[in-house]
Amino acid sequence: MARTTEKSHDLLQIIRDDGLRDRTLEPSLTDAQLKELYKWMLLVRVLDQRMLNLQRQGRIGFYGTVTGEEAAVIGSAYALKKEDWILPALRQGGAALMRGFPLSLYIAQCIGNSLDVQKGRQMPCHYGYKPANFVAWSSNIATQLPHAVGVAYAAKIKKDPTVVMAYLGDGATSEGDFHVAANMAGVWKAPVVFLCQNNQWAISVPFSQQTAAESIAIKATAYGFQGVRVDGNDVLAVYKAAQTAVDRARAGEGPTLVEAVTYRIGAHSSSDDPSRYRSEEEVERWRKRDPIDRYKNYLRQRGLWSQNFESQLQEELNAQISLAITEAEAAPALTVDSLFEDVYAQMPWHLREQLENLKKTR
Amino acid sequence: MMAHLTIVQAVNDALRTEMKRNPNVVILGEDVGKVGGVFRATDGLYQEFGPERVIDTPLAESGIIGTAIGMAAYGLKPIAEIQFMDFIYPAYDQIVSELAKFRWRSGGQYAAPVVIRTPYGGGIKGGLYHSQSAEAYFVHTPGLKVVVPSTPYDTKGLLIASMRDEDPVLFMEPKKIYRAIKGEVPEGDYTVPLGVARVVREGNDVSIFSYGAMIHTCLEAAEKAGTEGIKTEVIDLRTLLPFDKEAIMKSATKTGRVVVVHEAPKTCGFGAEVSALLAEEAIEYLRAPIVRVTGFDTPFPYTLENVYLPDADRILNAIKRVVNF
Repeated sequence: MARTTEKSHDLLQIIRDDGLRDRTLEPSLTDAQLKELYKWMLLVRVLDQRMLNLQRQGRIGFYGTVTGEEAAVIGSAYALKKEDWILPALRQGGAALMRGFPLSLYIAQCIGNSLDVQKGRQMPCHYGYKPANFVAWSSNIATQLPHAVGVAYAAKIKKDPTVVMAYLGDGATSEGDFHVAANMAGVWKAPVVFLCQNNQWAISVPFSQQTAAESIAIKATAYGFQGVRVDGNDVLAVYKAAQTAVDRARAGEGPTLVEAVTYRIGAHSSSDDPSRYRSEEEVERWRKRDPIDRYKNYLRQRGLWSQNFESQLQEELNAQISLAITEAEAAPALTVDSLFEDVYAQMPWHLREQLENLKKTR
Repeated sequence: MMAHLTIVQAVNDALRTEMKRNPNVVILGEDVGKVGGVFRATDGLYQEFGPERVIDTPLAESGIIGTAIGMAAYGLKPIAEIQFMDFIYPAYDQIVSELAKFRWRSGGQYAAPVVIRTPYGGGIKGGLYHSQSAEAYFVHTPGLKVVVPSTPYDTKGLLIASMRDEDPVLFMEPKKIYRAIKGEVPEGDYTVPLGVARVVREGNDVSIFSYGAMIHTCLEAAEKAGTEGIKTEVIDLRTLLPFDKEAIMKSATKTGRVVVVHEAPKTCGFGAEVSALLAEEAIEYLRAPIVRVTGFDTPFPYTLENVYLPDADRILNAIKRVVNF
């Protein structure tokens, strides 16, 4: 196993920074699948840039990119089956897209108009799409982790083969709900995979100030299950680690904590200024380990990438995104009624009364 | 067929009835399994339905509610027990930020109709961590329903209705009268609708609005007032969110004199909501200022519990104040 980063012992890596690979560890994916992984990573990269531009133009209110972490998201979600569930955090929108969340709805969520399946109720990037088993999440950190354990245990009780993947960041591992969820998952042997994107920064607080533990993966030991560390910028390594964890969960062997060691190249969100707390040198060091560039080198060495393929793909993705933006922006605004819907299954008298009074003043 | 049951037996009966009817119902909480709950509310259910339907969880309230949310999203019907309402705060984030908002934030795609059962209130020498009435924190939370029974009949009917509701319900059980109040409870299946108050005692001179264990203290005060010729109406609100506005308006406009009684602290307690509603919409009917008889704005005491809790004399005093205004 090759070594790269600081604290690199026991880090699963298949593609080295220069694109050379460890053939003994390569997962058995077809050429088409290998190219598909690339396509999804590139879509997320291009989409993030386009969305950030929309934010800067005032066409959406907020955005958080996953730039630099695409391999961690796409590689892990690629290991799931259609019937599996995802309990996401802030940067997993790409996984929803890969599971069938239409691009136009992704963009409509960020706009918050009538095309948004969540009816404009959440800030941008808080996607939830039931047909993809991608559960709507809250901004509160780590609260989705007990939910994931509950979904997984319910599946186990119902004897369904469903596996749940719960995403979190390094900051979330400091929250009580992380420990509560890990503990309960261990006790119940729940079919859940905790996929931690350790991107080194929780807004402005570095990993070293988040925990005194040498890694996040090691925390699983205290809860009686396996923790593994993987190079989060190596899509094949992430896929392989996730696949192993998913297979174990499906086989009834319980939870796994996967720590994908990666880096948040962008700001925490469009409202953040990282120059206040970290150096450009550090970012530059990680840019050289870019997951897409690295995977591109790998594909080229396998004869699966050419400049022509790249140009065509870029053009295709940009056209798709442009079309989706046009479609999303064309959707009408939400009605005031929608504010009062879905608080309860049936609207109770006090909400009806407030809605009627509101309408009288408009 | 009727059975003569206590409130805690009515809880048990409701759970058993619904578990037999709906295979998706699971119970989870601390000590709910083999031992049958610290108050024996789940007595015998583990033995009857097994460890996959009556789940002894690790000791973590946020985990109980958090995993119940996931179970509900997946299609089970979790009935979570929080052993004492005083211990609900570690789960506060899960209840307020997650459970209550699950349907709304997903645009109606997902729902988490969890029932949270929890014993509340004083009168058992439980001190400040086994006595609290925390309803106000939850009544302020859109998306939740909050239910408080006061009799064995209502306990079973309201709990079954809560377990069939499409929304999350916080079901507060008056532990002081878990065994003190017995009553006729039909065997088998019946429901008492949520959101509907009950006129416990009719009267034309003054209305008392209350709920839970305090209903019985209010009745005691009403009887005493009756010996002095004051006809007191007692309304059991039964559901605090959404509460029965019509019943409150009907009684208050009839008597024109209002006393609100609860164990919880006064400031921003449920009595404030009732008072504000009447001030907004019925002030022209009121013949006296509204009086609240409540716990104090202090922590719940151990030794001075009976000073803290509203008793019949304090309520009687309030009745006289509004009648003699």
